[in-house]
Amino acid sequence: MSDTADDLRKNDGQQFGRLPETDADRTVEGRVSRAAVVDYFEDRFAIPPETFDDYTFWEKGAGKIWLYSGEADSPLEIEAIGMTCLRTRQEHWKPTTDFVQRFGAHASECVIDLDREAARRFAAGEDQELEWDGDWGYLIAAHTVAGEREPLGIGLYVHGELRSMVPKGRQREL
Amino acid sequence: MEPFERYRPIIDDFEAFLGACERPLGNAVRVNTIKASPERATAALEEDDVAYEQAEWNPRVLRLETDSPGSTWTSFHGFTHGQEEVSAVPPVVLDPQPGERVWDCCAAPGGKATQLAALMDDRGTVVANDNNLGRISALRFNAERLGATSLAVTNDDARNYSMKRFPFDEFDRTLVDAPCSCEGTIRKNPDALDNWSEGHIDTIAGIQKGILRRAIQTTREGGTVVYSTCTFAPEENEAVVQHAIDEEDCRVVDFDLELEHAPGLTEWRDETFDHTLEQAARIYPHHNDTGGFFVAKLEVTA
Repeated sequence: MSDTADDLRKNDGQQFGRLPETDADRTVEGRVSRAAVVDYFEDRFAIPPETFDDYTFWEKGAGKIWLYSGEADSPLEIEAIGMTCLRTRQEHWKPTTDFVQRFGAHASECVIDLDREAARRFAAGEDQELEWDGDWGYLIAAHTVAGEREPLGIGLYVHGELRSMVPKGRQREL
Repeated sequence: MEPFERYRPIIDDFEAFLGACERPLGNAVRVNTIKASPERATAALEEDDVAYEQAEWNPRVLRLETDSPGSTWTSFHGFTHGQEEVSAVPPVVLDPQPGERVWDCCAAPGGKATQLAALMDDRGTVVANDNNLGRISALRFNAERLGATSLAVTNDDARNYSMKRFPFDEFDRTLVDAPCSCEGTIRKNPDALDNWSEGHIDTIAGIQKGILRRAIQTTREGGTVVYSTCTFAPEENEAVVQHAIDEEDCRVVDFDLELEHAPGLTEWRDETFDHTLEQAARIYPHHNDTGGFFVAKLEVTA
């Protein structure tokens, strides 16, 4: 089968398009596949693929991936479906804080546990120097709430520093 | 409070009603069960020394003793959402089930739409519509913060809402939490009555009738429509429901509500309403120390 740019439509940023199951099913230029998204969450964070069995993945805006559990036809021109979960435009894919808060409890790798004071600074959007033995890049920051691990949001770990990626509107002084 | 004088004949203990309207309202939150059980949410509050009282009629509604309910860990994690106690009533009366197709036709800023999703275990489709694009961003923000994945957000006038964009033709249940004169929010917004006039009420009532009729038309036979407002004006409540039962295939049905309330009216000035309107609920501020609300439940009959 051919997969040259000539055969592929340009992404229409005004509408939601459902992700193809695999790269071979692609009909829109540059669109990632469902398999690639689920693999990413498994490879990076060890989130079991079956976590997403009842969800569909969509793109609206180049590289902006949405996760949805309701019914819809593709393509679809409405304001929003479900939640934004991932940005695939850059070389390093970046999960959203809202996704991490909703599904991060299923992760068992690349999760950095913070004490209450570090969690407070993370929620306020501050960068902080922290020890971390694992991979650099995007990490799920978590802390303990009422005896259980609770994801706070997405952070970027580089050069001994955890940078909070919590969006401005979600930051809180706690 | 002058405009409320016209309700003296229909409200029991009118002086207690006026007294309650003058007292500011405390902070209430709803536990968002998409992210945390009531047990986990309350344990998190206790860990942070935030005192709370659980509502007797609904263990998912908490009255918080703090001045900044948005600056708690439970809020940051989306375990709780600031929502007035009575505003949690309509979704409970609608009683949506997992897997159903549900329409919230005036959904922004999304407290009730996300509550519907939570009641459905975030399984099914909740179409959250609002005609005000500016308020859609607040709706989307709240939906994502609360982790509601079953919401589809649209920006249209509910009165001539098109079903064409969906892979289904009708909804199982619809919530019409209509735009209204907001008299019942006086404890939260002391200026709620500043632009009050009967002409304004008549204009809004016309819009409400159009929205409720479309809601009934888009809901399947045997399905449920809940009509609610945060106002006391009978023109916007019983008269709107009366119009719907006159013009569309539906009937008013009874529901259980463990909050103190008064029955719907069967007459107002020179108008009379069907006796079934008594099954609607008028929740007054002095009943449960909340804001004011009106709720009616309809069954679609064709």
